[in-house]
Amino acid sequence: MLHSILSITAFLPLAGAVLLLLIGRSNHKLIRSLALSISTITFFFSLPLFSSFDLSSPGMQFEESAAWIPSMGIRYHVGIDGISLFLVLLATFLTPIAILSSWNSINERVKEYHVFMLLLETGMIGVFVALDLFLFYVFWEVMLVPMYFLIGVWGGQQRIYAAVKFFLYTMVGSVLMLVAIISLYFLNGATTFDFSVILTNIQNGTLILSGSQQHWLFLAFFLAFAIKIPLFPFHTWLPDAHVEAPTAGSVLLAGVLLKMGTYGMIRFCLPLFPEASIEFTPLISALAIIGIVYGALVAMVQPDLKKLVAYSSVSHLGFVVLGIFALNEQGMAGAVYQMLNHGISTGALFLLVGMVYDRRHTRLIEDFGGLATPLPVFSTIFMIVTFSSIGLPLLNGFVGEFLILLGAFKANITTAVIATTGVILSAVYMLWMYQRVIFGEIKNPKNRELIDLSFREKVVLLPMVIMILWMGIYSQSFLRRMDVSVGTVLHHFQTSAVVMKK
Amino acid sequence: MQGSFALEIQQILPEIVLSVFGIVVLLVDTFIPKAKQHVLGTVSLIGILAATLSTFFLIGEDGTFFSGMIIVDPFSIFFRFTFLIIGGLTLLASLSYLKREKLVLGEYHALILFAIVGMNLMAASNELIMIFLGLETLSISCYILLGIKRNDLRSNESALKYFLLGSFSSAFLLYGIALAYGATKATNLELIGREILSGSVNMSLIYAAIGLMFVGFGFKVAVAPFHVWTPDVYEGALTPITAFMSVGPKAAGFAVFLRVFLVAFPTTYLKWVLIVWISAATTMTIGNVVAVVQSNIKRMLAYSSIAHAGYILVALVTHTKNGVAAILFYTLAYALMNIGAFTIVALVGREGDRKSSINDFAGLGFKQPFLAASLSLFLLSLAGIPLTAGFSGKFFIFLAAIESHFYWLAIIGVINSAISVFYYLRVIVIMYMTSPSEEFIPIPVSASVAAVITLTVYGIIQLGVYPDFVINFARNSVLNFRY
Repeated sequence: MLHSILSITAFLPLAGAVLLLLIGRSNHKLIRSLALSISTITFFFSLPLFSSFDLSSPGMQFEESAAWIPSMGIRYHVGIDGISLFLVLLATFLTPIAILSSWNSINERVKEYHVFMLLLETGMIGVFVALDLFLFYVFWEVMLVPMYFLIGVWGGQQRIYAAVKFFLYTMVGSVLMLVAIISLYFLNGATTFDFSVILTNIQNGTLILSGSQQHWLFLAFFLAFAIKIPLFPFHTWLPDAHVEAPTAGSVLLAGVLLKMGTYGMIRFCLPLFPEASIEFTPLISALAIIGIVYGALVAMVQPDLKKLVAYSSVSHLGFVVLGIFALNEQGMAGAVYQMLNHGISTGALFLLVGMVYDRRHTRLIEDFGGLATPLPVFSTIFMIVTFSSIGLPLLNGFVGEFLILLGAFKANITTAVIATTGVILSAVYMLWMYQRVIFGEIKNPKNRELIDLSFREKVVLLPMVIMILWMGIYSQSFLRRMDVSVGTVLHHFQTSAVVMKK
Repeated sequence: MQGSFALEIQQILPEIVLSVFGIVVLLVDTFIPKAKQHVLGTVSLIGILAATLSTFFLIGEDGTFFSGMIIVDPFSIFFRFTFLIIGGLTLLASLSYLKREKLVLGEYHALILFAIVGMNLMAASNELIMIFLGLETLSISCYILLGIKRNDLRSNESALKYFLLGSFSSAFLLYGIALAYGATKATNLELIGREILSGSVNMSLIYAAIGLMFVGFGFKVAVAPFHVWTPDVYEGALTPITAFMSVGPKAAGFAVFLRVFLVAFPTTYLKWVLIVWISAATTMTIGNVVAVVQSNIKRMLAYSSIAHAGYILVALVTHTKNGVAAILFYTLAYALMNIGAFTIVALVGREGDRKSSINDFAGLGFKQPFLAASLSLFLLSLAGIPLTAGFSGKFFIFLAAIESHFYWLAIIGVINSAISVFYYLRVIVIMYMTSPSEEFIPIPVSASVAAVITLTVYGIIQLGVYPDFVINFARNSVLNFRY
């Protein structure tokens, strides 16, 4: 049964989307329940990945490989290690939550909406499991289409602008990656696009890339990932996309899609181009720090809740990149951990913002104030999530940030010191926002009549809160699954750096 | 190589079948009442099927016939199939279009059949005179087809423009042929190639011939700087004819372009590669950049077709087997997606093609999901999004370019591809994300049009998800290419 579990997990949502197409469009309830059940079943199918994961194996697990386009050496090759494992789980975990969160807020074109949600899930899982460069590129690009429609059809006022900007930014970055992928294919003897094979060849010295080749190939891959993350100064599409996307879209965009960039760096940039990675580390770390501080400062002055969360993402992902390019175990483990944290806490923040938006149809901070009185449950959960985002000990954010800073200190004290200010700033903007929204007098009489969270909304938020606590209190159940893989990436990275130097 | 007469006839049987059917259509046209003229479309489609069948029997053939004038090799067979697919889909799409436009034109079908004959002969020509004959057969049919709506000013303009510029470019081509003949005393492509290789010819004449032929072919396939006629001609023609023009003559032009440059002039590659390189880069860029600002969908697709000719030129620049295979693949993929797109454009255009602004697509998305979803697929394929034929085609082209170390051309190509996403997406945006300004009039979809759309959608997904069969066919078609 575990034999093709990755394919099942990846393509079950696709099958579900096809199924949805066959149902009549007027039966909204059936469509919603079906989409929810399919994504929940997908989540349960992905659980064995976690429980049967072999902690000691450094290689890929649950691998499947079959010829796809043999004349070009393109294979359908999928597999996961301790890093992609959690990203797949993140995608399967967040999708049902996102679908449930939009239960009442999406009332038009319900069928198409859920079809795109399920297609998006297949795309997201595919990106994280693909081990063939061509296959990876296919998922990477195809996934844009459902997200584009989700933003463009069900988004806010400026949705079209945001959707097109999102698509174009990502596209520009990724086409250059395609050129790099093809170049790598020819440099490796034009036999295969299989990432594992190319990586093995690099590591055992069969494929030697010259300094300038590494330089350019690295940049091409890096640009695609940097735009996706988004790393400063490529971040301008993100606030637009987040603000305009429907809540569920924002959740998945922040929760999963942004991680594709950081995942790509760990999976492809570092192992394939070790020398270039070292060469660019100072530059990338600098961009990461700028992103951390800039994102935090801009978040502080946002009048709009969603925009605030969007800019906080820029800041948080700066941390992730900083951790990756600390190039040591703590930094990298922290980065992977922080990717998950960000997925959960920012996802939860967007859900919460979506819930008050559903009630008040505004996201401006100044319209709120004193929500603690009418919305006690909401305010409590909001507090937990805020603390998680800040990185309070015993909550998930703390573990990730702590590890990243530990790694950063080992790598370069100056960068680490500046990055630490980002932690302080994040406390400032999050707490200030929380204070203005939740505490104080109720200025607007409309806020007095708000109704607290419904059962459905509690069901949406509960798993998020559980994860926040679990990941904060017992981080070992996650960290020990990544340890070996993080070690492998760094080990390969170091050995190839050595091989290259010979 | 003197085969028996029957064997030689068999080699051009598809063309004979098409010509006979064309003549039958013309004859029957005069004898049947106007009300029954739609039969002619069916007859022509049967002709296409018969020709396709006789082309199947040629698979595996590889040789020259009629004293070396005709060459039947996998390359020409691949193109013949592409042309027959193009012709078949065009005729199928025209059935209900002509009915809607209340055009009673028997010769319309015959002319499309003759145009296919011309294209087939071009692909199967092994010498310059035959190429010219094929080209003129095609061009004359096209002149008439473009102007077939006699009382329509735009149609007249379109035909006249194409006629003037077409004859002009034919003259360039002829002059080039004359110079090549003067230098080598041969019109046979292989002989010309051999003569040039022997070193006994006046090379300045050859270079002049190459330049003139490049101009001639450049006009036919509409690459920069010879592309300016395209938007006006495409806009004025009946939409199915625009679809046909944007894929058929273009593919045929590339077939002879390839054969002439790779068989007759391979040794001068280093002389012409730079010109073609520059032309490829400018064609892609002009096509895509200008398409961005178009508000008429036919003009937008016209500029997009210029851009796509640019991508094909990239593959020509590489001068490798992979490059040629990529061209074969791409012309087929491009034919499918463009015919599909134009078929829907024709439907949305309503009577008289009056709704051809991009804004007329507003609201189509949820009013007519089948049409909108198909058009989205065609546009995403044109933009080169994975799992579509367009992506596979571009992938093979850029693969060939990078293999030959044309990194910059590949980068210009992919960036252009990203630019093109903008204007293709705009149509999708308008279909799905805006509401129509006036009341939406439902569009009836006839069975024949539904068939065209279904076939092209199937082809695009097949070539996109599993391109192996066709790309192998294309690669094998190139292996026996004698150069």
